[in-house]
Formats: sequence, C-alpha cells, structure tokens
Amino acid sequence: METLGWGGILLAILGRFWPVWIALVLTFAVSARFRRRLGLYGRLYDSTIGMVGFALVMFWVYTAVFAGGIVTHDVLGQVSQLRNDPPGAALPDGAGFYLLGGDHLGRDVFSRMVAGSRIVIQIAPLATLFAFMVGITLGLPAGYYGGRLDTGLSFLANLILAFPVILLFYLLVTPEIAETGLPQYLAIVLFLFPLAFLVVLLNARYHVQPARRNWMVAAILLIGGWAYLSLVSAPGSRVAVLPAAVDLIDVPSNILIVFVSVVFVNAPTVFRIVRGLTLDIKTRDYVAAAQTRGERPWYIMLWEILPNARGPLIVDFCLRIGYTTILLGTLGFFGLGLSPESPDWGSTINAGRKLLTIAPHPAIVPALALMSLVLGLNLLADGLREESLRD
Amino acid sequence: MLAFLLRRFLTMVLTALCLTFVVFFLTNLPPNLEKLAKTEAGSRITDAEVASWLEKNGHARPLLARYGEWLGVVPGWTRSENGVTTGRCIRQGMDPATAPRFCGVLQGDWGRSSFFKAPVAEKLGYHLGLTGILMFWVMVLMVPLSLLIGVLAGMREGSRLDRGLSTFSIATTATPEYVSGVILIAVFASSLVGLKWFKGTATGAMEQVTFDNFFLPVLTVALYGTGYIARMTRASMTEVMTAQYIRTARLKGVSFGNVVLRHALRNALIAPFTVIMLQFPWLLNGVVITETLFSYKGFGWTLVQAAGNNDIPLLLGCSVVAVFVVLVTQLISDVGYVFLNPRIRIN
Repeated sequence: METLGWGGILLAILGRFWPVWIALVLTFAVSARFRRRLGLYGRLYDSTIGMVGFALVMFWVYTAVFAGGIVTHDVLGQVSQLRNDPPGAALPDGAGFYLLGGDHLGRDVFSRMVAGSRIVIQIAPLATLFAFMVGITLGLPAGYYGGRLDTGLSFLANLILAFPVILLFYLLVTPEIAETGLPQYLAIVLFLFPLAFLVVLLNARYHVQPARRNWMVAAILLIGGWAYLSLVSAPGSRVAVLPAAVDLIDVPSNILIVFVSVVFVNAPTVFRIVRGLTLDIKTRDYVAAAQTRGERPWYIMLWEILPNARGPLIVDFCLRIGYTTILLGTLGFFGLGLSPESPDWGSTINAGRKLLTIAPHPAIVPALALMSLVLGLNLLADGLREESLRD
Repeated sequence: MLAFLLRRFLTMVLTALCLTFVVFFLTNLPPNLEKLAKTEAGSRITDAEVASWLEKNGHARPLLARYGEWLGVVPGWTRSENGVTTGRCIRQGMDPATAPRFCGVLQGDWGRSSFFKAPVAEKLGYHLGLTGILMFWVMVLMVPLSLLIGVLAGMREGSRLDRGLSTFSIATTATPEYVSGVILIAVFASSLVGLKWFKGTATGAMEQVTFDNFFLPVLTVALYGTGYIARMTRASMTEVMTAQYIRTARLKGVSFGNVVLRHALRNALIAPFTVIMLQFPWLLNGVVITETLFSYKGFGWTLVQAAGNNDIPLLLGCSVVAVFVVLVTQLISDVGYVFLNPRIRIN
C-alpha cells in the first residue's frame, strides 16, 4: 500500500472521530433548542467565544468517552519498520495506516494521542473538584470567622503557594516518597474534605428535620466512607485498612501520588479565592438577615454565602481544570509519577522531544492536543464570565 | 510603614524557615538516605552497613538537630574513632582543633554536591548566572510586549483590535512552555517545515549568546507569561478608561492618543506591576521546563539534575534559592504597590 497524502490523512482522521461528531451535534442541537430553560449553561450559546470553547472541551470529553472505538491500533503495539515514520505511513502487512506517523518505538501516534485524552479527562476535572472541596471547606470559615483561624490557614496556604510547583513535584512524586507512604497519608487528609463538606452541607440544611437529616447523613457516611476508605487504602502498602475483598476502587499508587499532589498544589489558590469572596459577601444584607433570624454559622456559609459566590467559582473551576491539565502535562514531561509507557500527553511529549529536530510529529501531536483542550477551557471560562456578568 | 515592613519581614523569615524545614524533611527521608549511602559506599552493601555508614556520617541523628546543623544554629557533629576525629565541619586534612564549630547555610557553607563533587555554593553561583542571563532577556521581551498588548487591547474595549489581542492572550496562557517550545522548535528549527532559522538547542548560548541560539528559549519562557500580564493590563486599562477624569479630559478636547499616553497609562500600570513581580515564581517553573527542553545548563537544569540524582545538599541549595526568589518578589510587590498607589495607606 502507498502512503496517504495530507488530504487522505485528514479525511481518515475526521472519519475516525465519527462518534464524537454525532455526540457533539446532538449536544449542541438539544442545548440550543432548550437554551432558554438552562440558566447560565443555556446563555453560553449566546456567546461565540463560549460556544467555541465548549465545543473544544466537549470534543475531548467525547473523544475520551469513545476512545476505544476511535483508536486505530494498539496503544503499546510496536511496528519496528514504522519507527519515526511521517504521517500517513502504511503498515507493512497492509492492515491500515499510521495516520499521524509512528513514534521512536514504532507505535501509532494517533492512537496514543486519543488514548491519552482519556487519562487527562479522568484525572483533571476530578482533581480540580477535590481541590475545590478542600478550598471551600477551609476558605469559608477562614473568611467568615476571621481572626486566628484565618491567620493560621492563610499562613499555611501562602506556605504552599511559595513553593515552586516543580520543586514540590520533584519532592513529592518520587518512588522514595511513595515508599514512606507519605502520599497516602496526604490522601487520607485531603480526601476527608469532600466527605466532611457533604456531611456539613446536608446537616446545615436539614438540621431542623432530624429524621430526614439522619438517613441522608447516614447514607453519605456509608457510601462516601466506603469510597474514601477504598480510595486511600491499598493492600500491601503502608495504609491497608480495608481487606482486599471490600476494596473495590483500586487506584495504582503512582496515579494516586499524581492525583494527590495536583490537589495539594491547587487547593491553596482555591482557598484564597473562596476566602476573598466570603469576606466580600458576608457584609451583605441577606447575611445579616440570616444572622438575625438566628441561623447557625455553617448554614449561612454553605447556603447563603456559597450559592452567591458561584459565578466566580464556576469560572475559576474551568480555568483551573485547564491549569490542572497543564500540571499533569508537566509531570509527564519530567517523567514523574506516570509510567513512561503511558500514552498521556505529557509523557508522549517527553518521549518525542529528544528527536524533535528530525521527527517532530510524535511530540507535536500531543502538544497540539493539550493546547486545544486548555484553550477550550480558557475560552469557555471567558464566555461564562461574560455571560454571568451580564445580569 | 516601618512596622508594616518589620511584620512582613518577620513573616517572611518564618515562612522561609518552615519551607526549608519541609524541604529538609522531604529530602532526608529514610529511603533517600539509604539511596545516598548506597551511591556513596557501594550499591551492594547490606542494611547493617547502610546503618553504620549513616551513623558514621552524622545522618542518624534526630531530624531537628540535623536541620539545625544544616542551617548553622546547632554545632556540627564530631566523632572520635580510633583517635581520628571526624565531623561535619572538619574537612579532609583539617586540624579538628581549628575547625569551626558551626558550618551551615548561615555561615555560608552550603555543603558539597554529591553528584557534581563540587561545593554547592560554587555550582549554584555558576548556573544561577546563566539563568540570570536568560531571565534578563525574557524580561526585556516579555514586559514591553505584554504591556503594549494590554494597553492596546484595553484602550477601546470591545473593538476588533481588543477581540484579536484578547484571543491571542488567551491562546498564550493556554500554551505551557513544553507545548510552545516543541511547536517553536518544530517550526523554526526542524526539517519538518524547513525554516531552520534558529537552533533547537541553547547549549551554545552558555558560551556566547547569539540571536539564533537564544531567541527560541527566551520566546518560549516569555510567551506563557505574556498573555497573563497582558490580560491584567487590559483589565486595569479598561477600568481606568471608564473613569471620570478620562471623560473630562476627552470633553476638554484632549486627543485620544494624548489621553491614553498622558492620563490613562500611568494609573493603568500600577496593577500590572504587582502581576509582573508575582510572575517570577511562575517564570521559575518555565525556566526549569525550557532549560530542560533546550538543554541550557542553568538553575532549572541544576534542580532537575539534583532531584534526579538524589543530590541532597544541592537540592536543598536550589530550594533555598527558589524560596528566596519567591518571598523577595512577594515583598517587593507588596511594598511597591503601596508606593505606587497613593490610595493605599498602611496604619
């Protein structure tokens, strides 16, 4: 078989993404139809920038979802004849093409890029969500109560922020540190926050209806506590609380370190934002009204202040997912945490950069993928900001 | 003002102490020390030999004592065995009686790099100098470029120029150094496009800085920060442009160019000053990535080597420098903001 030309490559790639196109068209058609009833999300369709950003983000989300059907070859399969071959190279046995060429080990660049999206889309939003839970749970009381609590927590946050991120990664994400169990201890502390957040949230709201509150909190404690325990404990490591039979969620230790360190780096910034917003909002009249009614502090923080801070927080959430994606790429770029064979974008850029002047495509493809996702998130955040400022 | 400075300074010292202690703790964990013993005394030694090596070299003492020794506030350990006295502060061939009691960072003794086999202070000084050159050119490129973009975008909010420049700013903030560096090398230095205008490595720039071996790394570091500073400048500029005194000046008949240059610019540049100062820690990350990508042996490269080779004294030295840079820029930005903005008073 002959090698494909650029036109052929483009057509073939567009064809491979067919489930993504269908899903995108459906999403946009349905959302645009009902946009007047969808609140802030619906108003996104009034802003071109926001729509472009949302399309880019959803493209990668759907790619991650349908990655199994899009990849053309095995992510780890090596064909030695196609080492560093340019895009469109045909396989020697005639079983198709390497649409975007082969890397330095003869693996398919296109399939690795598609499979890499799955890792980013799995880790980045979840890690950002955890960082938000930590930041909100600590930032609200720091801003609301002020005083010693605020001084102490702010000092801690500034301490972490004064660490250059890369130095922190090099200190935290090493096999030696993993041996001491430190990431798991960090996970124990950090993963406790979402649980605490949910319990306090519901308790504050349904405090006056004890029967309802009791079964809700019990359900959260049961399900969340079990998820929490099976997340932090890993059989055979330092923290093995749960027996292997009940331990359903098994996160590989290197992914856990990456996850924990990314949450750890992001949480102080979220804390500062939430604290600032709380300081501003707590002077409003409706907060004073709630205080006069005799509402308890956590109810005011979680059900009066937090909902009114949601605009800036949603915008920052989008931006922060992008930043987390960049951080994940940085970790991969320095070969920290993720295994070198992993198809995530940072690791592939790292592997491809050594031959950059001879065969740039193995590094360019994941680099462009990462850039388009982060760009999409930034544009989406920009659109959301514009639309939320409008009212 | 003096009380404010003093309080800031004390907080800074406390932060520095905490941070260096955390770094010290993380680099001196038992697995790190075991690895150190194995690289120094041979990789096939038994656990007992590792323990005795650590004991002999003063690594088996309590963590706080070792931190104090490294800092220079606790006397260095000494040890007499078979009539030979060894110690932290006793160099080879030195008379134990005349050796100093304290030898830590405070005394200017940064220790000896176990990977490069050279004093840390000397090593750091050389590589920091190289990074200094890089940072200088980054600043020369980044600051005027970003301020120009921000002011141009912010002077007429919502115009086509504003839309275009804002999109450019968003695009650069979405492009981390390892992406822009890879793209720049592929476009300007590889055989793919065939431009080959610049060199893909900056190794030559360590001897002699020329345009074609240094432009790409400088641009790579500068681009990521440019978008951010430009956006801050734009926000500040749009705010100033809606102020009453700008409208007054326009109604008086001052030309638009004069209003921007004489009336708006000065007030619009206060906020970006803080942002530029706070960019230093970010640039530090960029420098590490870029130096690795372009194999320029500066501070970032040293940090990566130190961390990758378990070189504890060098890594500690790097952390001290990094933490120092971050804290000092924070202080300068705070103090500078107060000086630049007469509306803020500290009491």
